[in-house]
Amino acid sequence: MVGNQVERQKILDIRNLRIELKGRRERLAVVDGVSLSVSQGETLGIVGESGCGKSVLSLSMLGLLPKAMEINGGEIWYGEREDEAQPLHLLKPKELRKIRGREVAMVFQDPMSSLNNSLTIGYQVTEGLRLHLGYSRQEAAAQAIELFRKVGLARPEKLLKEYPHQLSGGMRQRVMIAIAIACNPGLLIADEPTTALDVTIQAQILEVMRQIRDQDGTSIVLISHDLGLIAEMCDRIAVMYAGRIVEEGSVADIFDRPRHPYTIGLLNSIPSPSHKGHRLHSIPGAVPALHERSVGCNFAPRCQYAMECCRIEQPKLSPVGFGHTTSCFLVVEEGVRKGDNRNTADRAEGTGEVLYETSVAAEGTGAASR
Amino acid sequence: MNYYARRLVTLFLTVLFVVVLTFTAFRIIPGNPALAILGTEASNEQIALLEAKLGTDRPLLVQFGHWLGNAALLDFGESLRFSEPVLKLIVSRVPVTLSLALLALVISVCTAVPLGILAAKSHGKKWDALISIGTQFGLAIPSFWMGIILILVFGLTLRWFSVSSYVPWSESPILALKSIVLPAVALAIPQIAVIVRYLRTTMLEQLNLDYVRTARSKGLSERSIQYIHVLKNALLPVITIVGINFGELLAGSLVIEQVFTLPGFGSLLITAIGNRDYPLVQGLVLLIAVTVIIINFIVDLSYRWLDPKIRLK
Amino acid sequence: MRINKSFSLVLGSLFVGLLLVIMIISLFYTPYGENVMSITERLQAPGSAHWLGTDNFGRDVLSRIMVGAQTAFLVGSISVAIGLTCGFIVGTLAGYVGGWVDELLMRATDALLAFPGILLALLLVSIFKPNMFQTIIAIGVLSVPSFARVIRSGVLQHREADYVRAARGIGAGHFNVIFIQILPNIISSIITTAALSFSTAILVEAALSYLGLGVQPPDPSWGRMLNEAQGYLNKAPWYALAPGLLITLSVLGFNLLGDGIRDLRDNVNRGG
Repeated sequence: MVGNQVERQKILDIRNLRIELKGRRERLAVVDGVSLSVSQGETLGIVGESGCGKSVLSLSMLGLLPKAMEINGGEIWYGEREDEAQPLHLLKPKELRKIRGREVAMVFQDPMSSLNNSLTIGYQVTEGLRLHLGYSRQEAAAQAIELFRKVGLARPEKLLKEYPHQLSGGMRQRVMIAIAIACNPGLLIADEPTTALDVTIQAQILEVMRQIRDQDGTSIVLISHDLGLIAEMCDRIAVMYAGRIVEEGSVADIFDRPRHPYTIGLLNSIPSPSHKGHRLHSIPGAVPALHERSVGCNFAPRCQYAMECCRIEQPKLSPVGFGHTTSCFLVVEEGVRKGDNRNTADRAEGTGEVLYETSVAAEGTGAASR
Repeated sequence: MNYYARRLVTLFLTVLFVVVLTFTAFRIIPGNPALAILGTEASNEQIALLEAKLGTDRPLLVQFGHWLGNAALLDFGESLRFSEPVLKLIVSRVPVTLSLALLALVISVCTAVPLGILAAKSHGKKWDALISIGTQFGLAIPSFWMGIILILVFGLTLRWFSVSSYVPWSESPILALKSIVLPAVALAIPQIAVIVRYLRTTMLEQLNLDYVRTARSKGLSERSIQYIHVLKNALLPVITIVGINFGELLAGSLVIEQVFTLPGFGSLLITAIGNRDYPLVQGLVLLIAVTVIIINFIVDLSYRWLDPKIRLK
Repeated sequence: MRINKSFSLVLGSLFVGLLLVIMIISLFYTPYGENVMSITERLQAPGSAHWLGTDNFGRDVLSRIMVGAQTAFLVGSISVAIGLTCGFIVGTLAGYVGGWVDELLMRATDALLAFPGILLALLLVSIFKPNMFQTIIAIGVLSVPSFARVIRSGVLQHREADYVRAARGIGAGHFNVIFIQILPNIISSIITTAALSFSTAILVEAALSYLGLGVQPPDPSWGRMLNEAQGYLNKAPWYALAPGLLITLSVLGFNLLGDGIRDLRDNVNRGG
């Protein structure tokens, strides 16, 4: 699977993207030098704690950044074929609107508030079809029924005339997916699509998304803080921290051979039955706020292994394996002894233990200061 | 159903309160109401006659029961001044006041909705600022002064409208309309300000909601987002405001009619108060107040019916 | 946006301040006596002798407008005081006692609100012979519901707050809780309501006086001046402008002041 990716056409190519928050005095980087690509039919997972810029990154792919933010540097290219690629970062609003919903579609986090309560489900689903594909009302309605079946919604004919509040959260999210895939987009961005839902519903929604990917060959960018969900769905994973990508690789790379201390910390904080009775690992501290970010590695203040150089200079994303990159001085140094996977895995386990202790210490001081 | 039951109880209580207030208002006058009406030079026979006519010679509760029973049948007694049934006098004035209030309502909604949308669309820009200054003035200018200015400008200077000559609808609808246009505009201005401010705030609130982002992600233009998605949500609460406004318009017309000497409820009420024509005052106040209360009730119900979120629950 | 907000506060204070200055000056000095008539000087256009012209009795409009400010302030402040006092009692009782007392008082308030303002004022005014005192009473009654509502919701909001529970815990009495603990928290919304009620009072007084049912001669009132001016619109249009402009400015001033105070409070609350 990993081998195939390289030959496939890139559908989305983000190069060195920088998104800034416009301030009165200074401009702060929300997303800082991110490069990512998604190939046709591939599912890319973006993982990170809240506040790391993953939602902003996803909004930028649709040109939907909040008014207070803007792209300042870098490129976003989208195209199903190389000669058709369009620079999303340069397009005018009118041109962007032709791509939104038609080529790139999005599923948002909260299905309870993401639908318009005073318009029928039918209207909201057919709207895109009529706009982008020029369907008539009847054609669009017929297509909507088809879409409802596809996302597993019962009694699709009746649904057309119903309002969002008549549906459960899971059904609404299916409707959101139906809206997103209505025009058969090449890329589907799902920003925490299951976070607001019950666990059993989460699995159903994931199944729907998996089917769409397999049947239509839609590329997916799945954004989540939940590593378990990412592992289940994705081909590749990008770990984001404080506006930067700190590690990227295949699912196997990230889960079996994590290199960045942050990735390791994330993995250790997943609860699992084998750790029953043990205290859960957590990374001490929190994602630094925008104005707290430094010239060096943003993870350094929370990192067990931070060195002098980490605070002065930002480590570059460097290859540590086939299709596996990370940005950490420590790993790059170690990377000289490349291929020594067992060694790094041992180290990973070791760091987990150490991190665990520091987290307890941090909690202690936190409680005292409160 | 629970809501409707509670709303009905409130309606009933409000009407009861209005009835009691209207009744007692004229029974708490110190001394003898007949004496107050006729003046101190009246003879004893005159007073006794008027007391019998007003029913004030009987015990208070009996009076109230009698009055209430008649009022329920829309019988408010006979006007002291015009010696005609109160209801007949009131009915003869309905076309003027009702057409004035309705025209003002139409003017205010038709002007306020586009202005409110424009203000919300140009949030923080030139038009928004201009409109918000305009609404502040609209709320502050007394409608009767606005009426006087309109007379001054359009009646006396430009001579577009003839002032102070009301033509009944039955005679010439066009002239009748012409004679109520200026008062309707004066009446509508404060209501325009209220609706514009309300609509603007609601639309701006709506524009920050998640569903707008979803609509944008579909590739819809800002235009169709604002006119279809946002407006549909923002207009619903405006309906309640418009309902309340209709009551304000009815009440406001009491004053405006005096400015333009229109023979509606206003002039009738002012004349009745001036003449101490208590049956007429009572009948008019009760009828106007109950009308306003019932309109608000209907608007409240229709709002609930129009909002799919509540309707289908 | 922030500039805009303090803008209403500044402008509102400016207008209200200007009005206050006019009123205070009128207590000590007016160009002419406000009731001095002069047949030879009837309906004069504004000029060097009479800055705003004269009315149909030859009285100086400027002097009458200045004294009219006294009427507006008198009616406004006393009726607001009445509304505030009654509204405070009703609102506190409803919010603090709760239960059926709350239900009863609030239904009565709703009923009072359902009455269109000017109609209620006309009803109250028609009971007695029109004069300034009953105008004040009528307008005061009109403003009770809005005060009662604001104070009730403030009391309800703070009644169960931790610091109020704490105060009760250390034995604070009802008086202490209401006036020392709760009142300071809702004072800004009360001031906002007072400012808005003040502008309503000026509007209603002007309307009643315009109809001849409010302030009676010889007390000068802006509303009644407009009534008189309307009869001479052809000959002396300027007479109808000055009183209306002053009503507008004072209502505008108090409205802006009320909005400004509310925005200020919202900002403070949001800031922490």
